[in-house]
Amino acid sequence: MDLNTVWFLLVGVLIIGYAILDGFDFGVGILHLFARDEKERRINLNAIGPVWDGNEVWLLTAGGALFAAFPFVYATVFSGFYLALMLLLVALIFRAVSLEFRGKVDSPGWKKFWDWSFGLGSLLPAILFGVAVGNILRGIPIDSNGIFTGSFIGLLNPYAILIGVLSMVMFLMHGAIYMTMKTDGELRDRMIRWASTMWMMMIAVYIAATVASIFTAAYLFDGVLDNPVFWILFLLLLGAIVYIPLSLKAGRYGRSFLSSSVMIACMIGLAAVGMFPALVPSSINAAYSLTIYNASSTSRTLTVMLIIAGIGMPLVIIYSAYIYRVFRGTTVIGEESY
Amino acid sequence: MDLDPVVLSRIQFAMTIGFHFIFPPVSIGLAWLLVIIEGIGWKTGNETYIGAGKFFSKVLALTFAMGVATGIVMEFQFGTNWAEYSKFVGDIFGAPLAAEGIFAFFMESAFLGLYLFGRKRLSKGIHWFSILMVAVGATISAFWILVANSWQQTPAGYVLQNGRAELTSFYEAVFNPSTLIRFFHTMTASVISGAFFLAGISAYLLHKKKELPFARKALKVAIIAGLIFSLLAVFPTGHEHARQVARTQPEKFAAIEGLYSGQRQAPLLLFGFVNAAPPPEMQAAVEIPGLLSWMAFGDIDAHVQGIDEFPADEIPPLWLTFVSFHNMVILGLFFIGVTGLGVFFLYRKRLYDKKWYYKLLIVSLPLPVVACQFGWVAAEVGRQPWVVYRMLKTADAISLTVSAGEILFSIILFGLVYLMLFILYVFLLVREANHSLHGGAVKEVTA
Repeated sequence: MDLNTVWFLLVGVLIIGYAILDGFDFGVGILHLFARDEKERRINLNAIGPVWDGNEVWLLTAGGALFAAFPFVYATVFSGFYLALMLLLVALIFRAVSLEFRGKVDSPGWKKFWDWSFGLGSLLPAILFGVAVGNILRGIPIDSNGIFTGSFIGLLNPYAILIGVLSMVMFLMHGAIYMTMKTDGELRDRMIRWASTMWMMMIAVYIAATVASIFTAAYLFDGVLDNPVFWILFLLLLGAIVYIPLSLKAGRYGRSFLSSSVMIACMIGLAAVGMFPALVPSSINAAYSLTIYNASSTSRTLTVMLIIAGIGMPLVIIYSAYIYRVFRGTTVIGEESY
Repeated sequence: MDLDPVVLSRIQFAMTIGFHFIFPPVSIGLAWLLVIIEGIGWKTGNETYIGAGKFFSKVLALTFAMGVATGIVMEFQFGTNWAEYSKFVGDIFGAPLAAEGIFAFFMESAFLGLYLFGRKRLSKGIHWFSILMVAVGATISAFWILVANSWQQTPAGYVLQNGRAELTSFYEAVFNPSTLIRFFHTMTASVISGAFFLAGISAYLLHKKKELPFARKALKVAIIAGLIFSLLAVFPTGHEHARQVARTQPEKFAAIEGLYSGQRQAPLLLFGFVNAAPPPEMQAAVEIPGLLSWMAFGDIDAHVQGIDEFPADEIPPLWLTFVSFHNMVILGLFFIGVTGLGVFFLYRKRLYDKKWYYKLLIVSLPLPVVACQFGWVAAEVGRQPWVVYRMLKTADAISLTVSAGEILFSIILFGLVYLMLFILYVFLLVREANHSLHGGAVKEVTA
C-alpha cells in the first residue's frame, strides 16, 4: 500500500471518527427539539456536555489532515461549497455556545432561545454534511484547472438532498441510541421508540439512496463487487443493522451503540471503496477528477504526517477512552451541571 | 463602486481571526493561573483557593467555548477564501494545523471536560492534572499555530517546485527563524492577558464587596504573575522578536519603527506622526540617535534598512503597521507599571485598601487583549503585500471561484453573529461575577 492510499484511509478514519462521535451529539441536539420538559432538556445537555468539545476536535483534525495530505481537495471543495460552508459554520458556532450559555440565565425565554439554537445548530449540520457527501459522490463540476464551476443552488440537487436526509435520520437514530445509555425509566423507553422508528426510516432511505446512486453515480459500482473489502464491509453493515433492534430489545444499550457506530463506519467505508482512488470526481470529465495522486502533498509531507499521527492518535484514543469511562452511566443532574 | 474580492477577503480574514484571537490568549493565561491556584488549593487544602478555582473555572469555560466556536471558522477559511494560497502552501502549512489538532486541541478539549465536570468524580490529584493538561494542550496548540504563521513570515525548509512550496526539511520548516521567539513572546502576552482578566474580575468583586477571601487570593496570584510576565514580554521576548524582524523582514522592521531612509546610526523613534502620502515621511518625530541601530544589531554604527530601500510595491501599509506596533509597546510598558504598583502594594500590605487601584485594574482588564491585537496587526499587516514572505502575494492567494458578493455576504453574516456573541460574552461575564457576590462560588465552598 502506498502512502497516498494510507492517507486516504487515515482521512477516512478521521471522518468516520467525527461522524460517530459528533454524530450522536447531532442526534441528541435534534432530539432536544422534541424534549418534553426542563429536566429532560438538562439531561440532553449534560449527557454530551463533558465529551462534546473533544468530539468537535475530530472535525478540526480531519480538516487539518485533509489540508496537509490533499491540499487541492481542501482548497477546491471548501471554496466551491462557499455559501453552504458559511451556513454550516454559523450553525456550528451557535451549537457550540448554546451549551455554555443556556444555563447561565434563569429565564424561560433565554433558555428557549438557546434550546432552539442548540437544536437547529445540530439539525442543519446533520443535513448539510450529508448534502456535501451526496454532491461529492455524484461528482462536482471541476474544470481542467481543478476549479469548481458550479453554484450554490446546483449543490441542492435531489440526490444530494436524499443523502442529506439519510445522514439526518442516521444521526437521529445514533443519538437516540446514545441516550438509551444515559437515561432510564419512561425517558429511556421513549428513546428506544425513537431509535426503532429511525432505524426503519434509515433502512428505507438507505435503499432509496442506493438505487438513486445506480442512476446518478453509477461509477461507484464499477468493480467494487469484485473487491473483497467491499464484501467485508457490506456483511458487517448488514450484521450491525440487524443487531441494533435485537440489542435494544435485550436492553444491551452499550452494544446497540457499538452496532450503530459500526454501521456508520461501514456506510462511509462503502462509499469510500466505491470512490477510490478519486477523492472528488469531476462531473465535467472524469479525467479532471481530484484523486489521491494528483491532489496530494509530497511523499515527504505524507511521511512526516504519518509519524505525527502515529505518535498522536494512540494518545488521543487512550485519554478519550479514559474520559468516556469517567463519565459513563446514566446522566445525573448536579450543581455543576449545565 | 466595484467590490474587490481581495480587499473583501482580507476584511473577512481580519475580522474572523481578530475576533477569535480575543479568546485564546485569555484561556491560555487563565488555564496556567488556574494550574497555580488549583495546585495551591490541592496541596494545602485551603478552601479559599479551591473557591477561587471553582469561580474562575467558569470564566475559563465561557472563554474557551468562545474560542472553539470562533476557531472552527478559521480552520476552514484557508480553503474557502484562500484556495490558491492553500494549494501553494498545502505541502507545508497543513501539517502544523493537523499536528495542532492531534497533539494539542484534542488534549485541551478532552481534559477541559474532565476538569469542569469531574471535580466530584475524580481524585484531587487527577483533577489538578486535568487542568494542567488543559494548560499544556493550550500551549502546544499555540506552538503549532504559530509554527504555521511563522513559516509564512520567514519561510524555511522548502523548495519551489511544481508551482508550489514543497517540503524539504520538516525540522527547518517548524523551527524557522521566527517560530521560537514569536512563540515565547505570544506566550508571555497570553499569561498577561489571563492575569489581567483574573486581576480585573477580582478587583471588580472586591470593589463591590470588600471581604471576599477568594477574590483576594486570586488578585494576589494575578498581580505577581502579571508583573513577571509583563517584564518578560518586553525583555527578553519582545526585544529579541524585534531583532529577529530586523534581520529577517527588514521592510516590516522599517515600517514598525517608522524608519523611512536607510542609514547608519539609525535613531529610535519614540513618537511621531506618519505621513503616508508619497514620499512618506515622519512628522513631529521625537527620536534618540543611534539607538535603533544598537538595539537591532548591537552596534551604534550598524546600517538599518529604511522604507526607501525597497521597491514601492513591496512595502507594507505604513500608518497601520507603525501605529499598531507603537501602541502595543506603550501598552506593554503600562502593564509593567500597573502590576509593579500592585506588587509594591502587596509588599507594603496595602493592596486591599485601595479603591482607586481596583478601578484601575477593572479598566485595564481588556488592555492586554488589545495589545495582542495590535501586535498581531503589526505582524500581519507588516508582512504585506506578501502572504508568504517574498514568495506569494496576498492578491494571488484568494479563491478564484468565490465572488465578491459571496464574500460580502459572509462578512455581514459573521459580523452580526460575532457582534451578538461578544455582547453576550461580556454580559455573561459580568453576570457570573455578580452572581458570585451573592452566594455563587462562595456558597459552594462553605457548604
